[in-house]
Amino acid sequence: MYRNIIQKIWENHVVIQKKGHPAIFSIDLQLIHEVTSAQAFKMLEEKRIKVSEPNRVLATIDHSIPTTLNRTKIADSKARQQIAQLRENCKKNHITLFDIKSGDQGIVHVIGPELGLTQPGMTIVCGDSHTSTHGAFGALGFGIGTSEIAHVLATGCLLIYPPKTMKVEFIGIMPNGVYAKDLILALIRKIGIAGANGHIIQYIGPSIHKMSMEARMTICNMSIECGARAGLIEADATTFNYLRGKKYAPKGNKWKQAIKYWKALTTHSKAHFDQKIKLNIESLEPLVTWGINPEQVIQISESIPHLKDIAESKREITKKALKYVNLKEGQKIEGVPIDYAFIGSCTNARIEDLRIVAQILKIKKVHKNVKMYIVPGSEKIHKMAIDEGLNTIFQKAGAQFRLPGCSMCIAMNEDRVPGGKRCVSSTNRNFIGRQGPGSITHLASPATVAASAIEGKITSPVKYV
Amino acid sequence: MEKFTTLTSHLIPLPYANIDTDMIIPAQYLTTIEKKGLGKYLFQRLKEQNHNFPLNQKIYQGAQIIVANQNFGCGSSREHAVWALLDYGIRVIIAPSFADIFFSNSSKNGLVLVTIPQTLVNQIIKPAQTKKYQLTVNLQSQTLTLQNGQKFRFPFDPFRKECILKGLDDLDYLLSYQKKIAQFKHKR
Repeated sequence: MYRNIIQKIWENHVVIQKKGHPAIFSIDLQLIHEVTSAQAFKMLEEKRIKVSEPNRVLATIDHSIPTTLNRTKIADSKARQQIAQLRENCKKNHITLFDIKSGDQGIVHVIGPELGLTQPGMTIVCGDSHTSTHGAFGALGFGIGTSEIAHVLATGCLLIYPPKTMKVEFIGIMPNGVYAKDLILALIRKIGIAGANGHIIQYIGPSIHKMSMEARMTICNMSIECGARAGLIEADATTFNYLRGKKYAPKGNKWKQAIKYWKALTTHSKAHFDQKIKLNIESLEPLVTWGINPEQVIQISESIPHLKDIAESKREITKKALKYVNLKEGQKIEGVPIDYAFIGSCTNARIEDLRIVAQILKIKKVHKNVKMYIVPGSEKIHKMAIDEGLNTIFQKAGAQFRLPGCSMCIAMNEDRVPGGKRCVSSTNRNFIGRQGPGSITHLASPATVAASAIEGKITSPVKYV
Repeated sequence: MEKFTTLTSHLIPLPYANIDTDMIIPAQYLTTIEKKGLGKYLFQRLKEQNHNFPLNQKIYQGAQIIVANQNFGCGSSREHAVWALLDYGIRVIIAPSFADIFFSNSSKNGLVLVTIPQTLVNQIIKPAQTKKYQLTVNLQSQTLTLQNGQKFRFPFDPFRKECILKGLDDLDYLLSYQKKIAQFKHKR
């Protein structure tokens, strides 16, 4: 039988598959952060079990850490306790922690690839749904809950059922002003936020092949937003060049062996997929979400849909959305005034994203009505941005360039959008209250965020790039 | 986890598709290092925004079943969403479909997820919006009994069913295979 890459990785990692039972599935790498791990370590302590493979677990602090200069001062006592708990758990269990000021701290799905931890063919888990990001390397990365974190800590394995597979083919080349973020938003628009439930996606197409690793990460990152637990892109020369020389990437003979193994992780041309989706992007325009979940998304040049055109089972949630975001059915989205602009998150806070923003903000000013935060994804990226002079461009334009963390994406720290305020954001979720109670989020590419920040309203970046 | 065999309770109707994990438990409450105590923040934002939201209404107090539209639990992998629901007292959620990670998290905690067609969901939700409406969920026989006595059979994965009926933990299952796992890892 001809196999696709997902099936190959799956079969390489099944320890036992009993009929009628979920498989016992081996995990190569577990990444942990402060929000979802405390209760997992407690579960192990209660059963008096040790971490079985501490060398396969790596940790960082990202969600509740502030992004201001004085990061060690955490106002929220619970967040303080949670971070202290992670440090204690890592120390007790001999788990490497990329702590603040280590030079390697950052958003967990940004630092994994940066450090060369994420490699093709690996199974990677984390207590965070955007673990799908690592699929950009031809790895199987997926989010798990705290109980499953405990299972992997204790046994290095999970109990899971084999997934269905979906092939998503982007046809054509990305037009000017359209970026990876727009492609994945276009997919979510097409199939909805549950369109890929039960599936793992493989992304293919000439635009995918041409993409840098960072752009591939943006695509894979938001796989979960159309219901897929994971999404991946086959590794190729771009992947190998990215990984070469990274801190935890194989070296010498091991590198040669690895390349050989990685090159075999491809989808056969006759391989079966349970579902196939094609999306033509030749005339795609930049997109922005208008509502309270990522499938409520339109091209910036379009209008919000009318209720009569929405499926009946989704009409109530659409009404709720319109009320919450304070917009009307049929309203044009372009030109809606904004209060905040945010560049950050595991979706779009890497150096290429910051460069695009700098290119647009150069010699311009952020609109007087807009507060703009630019939060790099890691300490490494923070340093690169300074070395390239991007921070000067950001500051001259009137944006705040801050320290790495999840920041305003999830508002678990002090970076929040106040109630009733509207933010255009390079992040991944526009759920009710996501960026702070009562806040309104519009998801978009970093270029769209930058263009909108200058104009003070939702704006297509096309004329700026 | 706590065993579950059968439950009779009135229900909380949530006629919305795509109820996400940020709605169920906002991120600001995830700074806890405990599993308990999240019930009071269940659907916090929706409670704050709309005083008619079911969790604000006396008629739904004590209900242990939620009925909702498709793709319940979409969004984050936070297991806190399941803990909040259980802490509040919910034992069963009925919907036409559930998000994958939420489905998995629920099974690890004995929160019973029942899948039924949208048409049946509509049939149940409508009367429940104006008065107390009672259902019986029997996991052993995989039947849902409506207030008028009508019975419907629902699908349920046999392995998961046995785990929930007996209160079995996945971790114990995995630990019983430690030798085989060690052999596998050694070979890799």
